[in-house]
Amino acid sequence: MTTQRRIENIALTAITLIAGLIWIFPLYWAFVTSIRSETRVVADGAGLLPDEFNLSSYFDALFNTSLIHWYINSIGTSLIITVIVLITGMMCAYALSQMRFFGRKVLYGVVLASFMVPVQSLVVPQFVLMNDLGLINKWGGIILPQLVVPVVIIIYKQFFDAVPKELKEAVVLDGGSDYTLLFRVYLPLNWGITTALGIITFIMAWNSFLWPFLVITTEDMMTIPVGITQVNDAFGVAYARIMSVALLAAAPVVIAYLIFQKRVTEAVMISSGVKG
Amino acid sequence: MALIRNKKRHGLIALSLILPFLAIFALVFAYPLYEVIRLSFTDAPLIGEGNWIGLENYIRLFSDRLFYISIKNNAYFVVLTVIPTTMIAMVIALAVNRLSGRWQALALVLFFTPYVLPVSVVTQIWAWMLDFQFGVLQPVFAFFTGKPVPVFKNPYWVLPSIAVVTIWWTNGFNVLLILAGLRNIPTDLYEAASLDGATRRQLFARITWPLLWPVTALVLTLQLILQLKLFDQVYLLSEGGPFNSSYVLLLMVYREAFQLNHGGYAAAISLILFLLIAVVSVLQYQLLRIGKGKDT
Repeated sequence: MTTQRRIENIALTAITLIAGLIWIFPLYWAFVTSIRSETRVVADGAGLLPDEFNLSSYFDALFNTSLIHWYINSIGTSLIITVIVLITGMMCAYALSQMRFFGRKVLYGVVLASFMVPVQSLVVPQFVLMNDLGLINKWGGIILPQLVVPVVIIIYKQFFDAVPKELKEAVVLDGGSDYTLLFRVYLPLNWGITTALGIITFIMAWNSFLWPFLVITTEDMMTIPVGITQVNDAFGVAYARIMSVALLAAAPVVIAYLIFQKRVTEAVMISSGVKG
Repeated sequence: MALIRNKKRHGLIALSLILPFLAIFALVFAYPLYEVIRLSFTDAPLIGEGNWIGLENYIRLFSDRLFYISIKNNAYFVVLTVIPTTMIAMVIALAVNRLSGRWQALALVLFFTPYVLPVSVVTQIWAWMLDFQFGVLQPVFAFFTGKPVPVFKNPYWVLPSIAVVTIWWTNGFNVLLILAGLRNIPTDLYEAASLDGATRRQLFARITWPLLWPVTALVLTLQLILQLKLFDQVYLLSEGGPFNSSYVLLLMVYREAFQLNHGGYAAAISLILFLLIAVVSVLQYQLLRIGKGKDT
């Protein structure tokens, strides 16, 4: 019985890992392609195994495209979006969770309702607004419409609601204000959720395509996801270089994910509300 | 007196806490929401004022062939993705859940990594894999159909192919949600049932499936909403073609607003998309709740 169980487990592990390797094959194939020469890539009989180590397309990708600009734009805008979304979200969530004020229920209703609105349906007026504000082709134009992330407020509020009342009373007796409470008690108690929401917001901002694609038209101002679509026009059909650009574009998030994978896993679970 | 002042101060602090969010919300969310409704009743270009034309945009929309093609394609894409990705994610999550420590982490990395890739990286890789002449997957097509298939230029293959790409890209997220759901199921339930001699199939049917249902329902709902908002992959892989066979609502919004300069008309389409998503997600939520009531 136990030996049968063990064999079963080994088999299951093997099957799952093989399936995983097949699943990740596109990334492997992109890598193999990227380190081949352009002629080798389209040659007959080029097998599935890496058989060349040619970094020239990576140099091409780095120095003959605006990749460096796109990195800077993506990192800059995603970081700013993450910080502002977290700070405004936690402040609003704290007020909703711990304070009693006129219109509180209405505000929470609005937050919940806006969670349902697909922002994609707002792109036309948002574009007009950014145009009126003179933010087309500016970081501000990329950032502003991405700052409303109601789910951050909803999750923060759930966690703030769960903080024991006794902690609050002690601080209030010492004459602490709500700001002290938020930044000295509620926030430190919930660092885990802050990291989780930060990771999720950053990934979403880094990967967002439609909005940056609409609001940016000059190549130097593009973010990574938008910028790399330009290389097809620049290189033509040159798959080694296209794959090099794609992998370089993907590298920062993939590496960050591999380093922080436990936290990312947790972040997805927490921010979807499945794991409390 | 002091009490009133305190109350006032309390209100001011609350206001200062909600104001940053509220100001941004009003500017880039509430105002555009009002504007999209207003614009949909005008013949405005993308930039600039138009005239009030009442319901004309909507009348035009409901006699626009492309609108029905888009809705049909959106629906078809939902069918191709929502339930398949949920099922695939469930199989993967059930398998991953039974692996031990290090192997589990490794398996998760393999299945989740695509999710952190920018969409255009995903489409570039798949465009290469499925390239008509040199694509590494073309031998597979040749095996089944006798010849290579230019998948993104073929009206039959284009949406299924985009569905495969989409599932590959986003499935890891669903795996994590279902895995979290599985971990929430208390293990002593299984132990007790096993002691009573329950078979593995019974364990799944009587414990795992019903207790996992809230998470399954969540995944289904999130997927439905997400897939109705299809734009990026279609724009990058097929641009709605060939012969509009992958044209979808959001692509129509983009074309009308940003290429044909019909701001008002695009606003009307946006609003229909918004209403569609709202109605469908509320309906699905209700249905899934009923489903749950019956099963448990």
